[in-house]
Amino acid sequence: MKPAFMWKLWLLLCVSVFALGGCAASSAVDQAKNENQNDSSSAGKEGDVVKVGILHSLSGTMAISEVSLRDAELMAIEEINASGGLLSKKIEPVVEDGASDWPTFAEKAKKLLQKDQVAAIFGGWTSASRKAMLPVVEQNNGLLWYPVQYEGMESSPNIFYTGATTNQQIVPAVSWLLKNRGKTFFLLGSDYVFPRTANKIIKAQLKAEGGQVVGEEYTPLGHTDYSTIISKIKQVKPAVVFNTLNGDSNVAFFKQLKDAGITPKDVTVMSVSIAEEEIRGIGPDVLAGHLAVWNYFQTTDTPENKAFVQKYKEKYGQDRVTDDPIEAAYTAVHLWAEAVKKAGSFDVDQVKKAAAGLEYKAPEGTVKIDGETQHLWKTVRIGEIQADGQFKELWNSGQPVKPDPYLKSYPWAKGLSE
Amino acid sequence: MAMFIDQLFNGLSVGSILLLIAIGLAITFGLMGVINMAHGELMMVGAYTTYVIQQWFTSHMPHSAGLYFVAAIPLSFLAAALLGWGLEKSLIRHLYRRPLDSLLATWGISLILQQTARLIFGAPNVAVVPPSWLDGGIRLFGTVFPYKRLFILCLVLAIVFFLYMYLMKTRAGRRIQAVTMNRSMAACLGIATQKVDAYSFAIGSGLAGVAGCALTLLGPIGPTIGTYYIVDAFMVVILGGVGKLAGTLLGAFGIGLISTFVEYSTSATIAKVIVFVLIIAFLQWKPSGLLSVRTRSLD
Repeated sequence: MKPAFMWKLWLLLCVSVFALGGCAASSAVDQAKNENQNDSSSAGKEGDVVKVGILHSLSGTMAISEVSLRDAELMAIEEINASGGLLSKKIEPVVEDGASDWPTFAEKAKKLLQKDQVAAIFGGWTSASRKAMLPVVEQNNGLLWYPVQYEGMESSPNIFYTGATTNQQIVPAVSWLLKNRGKTFFLLGSDYVFPRTANKIIKAQLKAEGGQVVGEEYTPLGHTDYSTIISKIKQVKPAVVFNTLNGDSNVAFFKQLKDAGITPKDVTVMSVSIAEEEIRGIGPDVLAGHLAVWNYFQTTDTPENKAFVQKYKEKYGQDRVTDDPIEAAYTAVHLWAEAVKKAGSFDVDQVKKAAAGLEYKAPEGTVKIDGETQHLWKTVRIGEIQADGQFKELWNSGQPVKPDPYLKSYPWAKGLSE
Repeated sequence: MAMFIDQLFNGLSVGSILLLIAIGLAITFGLMGVINMAHGELMMVGAYTTYVIQQWFTSHMPHSAGLYFVAAIPLSFLAAALLGWGLEKSLIRHLYRRPLDSLLATWGISLILQQTARLIFGAPNVAVVPPSWLDGGIRLFGTVFPYKRLFILCLVLAIVFFLYMYLMKTRAGRRIQAVTMNRSMAACLGIATQKVDAYSFAIGSGLAGVAGCALTLLGPIGPTIGTYYIVDAFMVVILGGVGKLAGTLLGAFGIGLISTFVEYSTSATIAKVIVFVLIIAFLQWKPSGLLSVRTRSLD
């Protein structure tokens, strides 16, 4: 009698917890839906909506980074809806969880394109997730807006890349480090496609520009013990550690680096995946003094950015921060909307044609869609992490840099794209 | 030479962390035979308890905020132990001697606990700022020994010492041993085996909580923290020999030292593979692990 009762109690508990979880995950969508319904009923038209997909890891190891991109995209959609929608239609977001699992990204992208018939997908963070979605969007002639810096060597007719490619982030960072910090580089990355390709490029560039690689290490995603790698760093004493770790391995690496008594004065760590959002979760005190290279910081001084930061904080809380991928995700939605307006249609081919050469005043400054590669012209910025979790800009490229995903304009990069 | 000492210390330190995460499992899995897949999430409970206590200290007692860690160790033990006790009472006691069912059920629990943490604290990691008195390290033999790692080493040695004393020298501990060795005989002699089960499981869970608390010094604190360590924890207990605390100790420091030295001469990914291959090979040769229990009970 008693065990049976206990089982029922457990069952009840489990069901209620999962129901709660489900509610929380979809509450943002419900909210957006409700607003849509209210608005469309007031306009007196039923079903006048266009669906877009939002596909990020809301759980798993990448959730630390990707949840905020969803928030930024939902905010941009809300802004467009508030200003009267697109071609007199309201945008309805369909939010899916890629769960830090690449096959899931492919499945969900397929579901969004075939079942929900979305006009565009905004999503992805890791290159593995993008590579998983690429064949799906190409086969279904969909449109994917990918908002994160990546390793380059790719351009798909069905993807718009609103984050930096290598010549807008890694290549200028390496040149700057060679000029300002020293010649010896230690390369540390997570063991997957982005760090391996990035390091291949860095090695070629160092060889051409007189630098030297004194160590190269990769750790599995989610790795948490860096004591041996830190010993190796101590032994070879590089001028720079070029850090391409992704996700929460960074927390372990920086905490343990500080404990080993290595300060930014001893060795500069230059990161390409740590932005304001990640600094919150790692702790600014362990990161202060280290560098990162991006196209946008929360402290970037433009009128568009002031308004953007203020709106984001009003909507999601004063303790939230904006960062480069958040800005690129937000900009992606607006760029798509501009392209749709210019094309006068949601049709993928017409939107693509209209998007070529499109200029937009983003929070990071003016960006332009490069028609040939479907990447953006972006300004490069190097910043030093401060104790309050914000960046102090040390250097910027002055003007937007033309995207060059295959590094065709660099003689040392010959053969890398094969 | 400095390099060798450095690596030796790294190995001991990795071993102490492995021991810390495995010692709770050595009780629940080693002694009680419950395959508890939610063990990692009990660590997570300890880690988040530490975070909550830190938040409380910084807002209520900003002058002595650095002391939060002292309070966090026993409180994270209590939080995880209470949860473990509740789990044993409501679910796990119905699953003794049903290993596959317990595996599935506790795995479900681990997912529920992860999702609950995500609902309460959000999906991104939270920052636990280690107390300032653990910053820095001792300079010795041309290398730095971080206080945090020394602290963890001492903490785990203290835990092993007290656990040993508890199991060997106290009545309650001896009851646990008796139930482990021969449950029905122990019951015949008047030991309340159900009570002993609940207490043992609570102690094992509490130790997971302490592990979680200590891990806030080194790594990320997020809903998935448990998944990073659970495989290593099982690996240590199985290699050490199920049912033997001394085996767990040997297993942890053995894996710690070997993996550190292999990683030093190769890379992190390759070291993981080599260590796994070595363990598998070893278990082929000695299936019951480094040290095995000799028992007269008929299972």
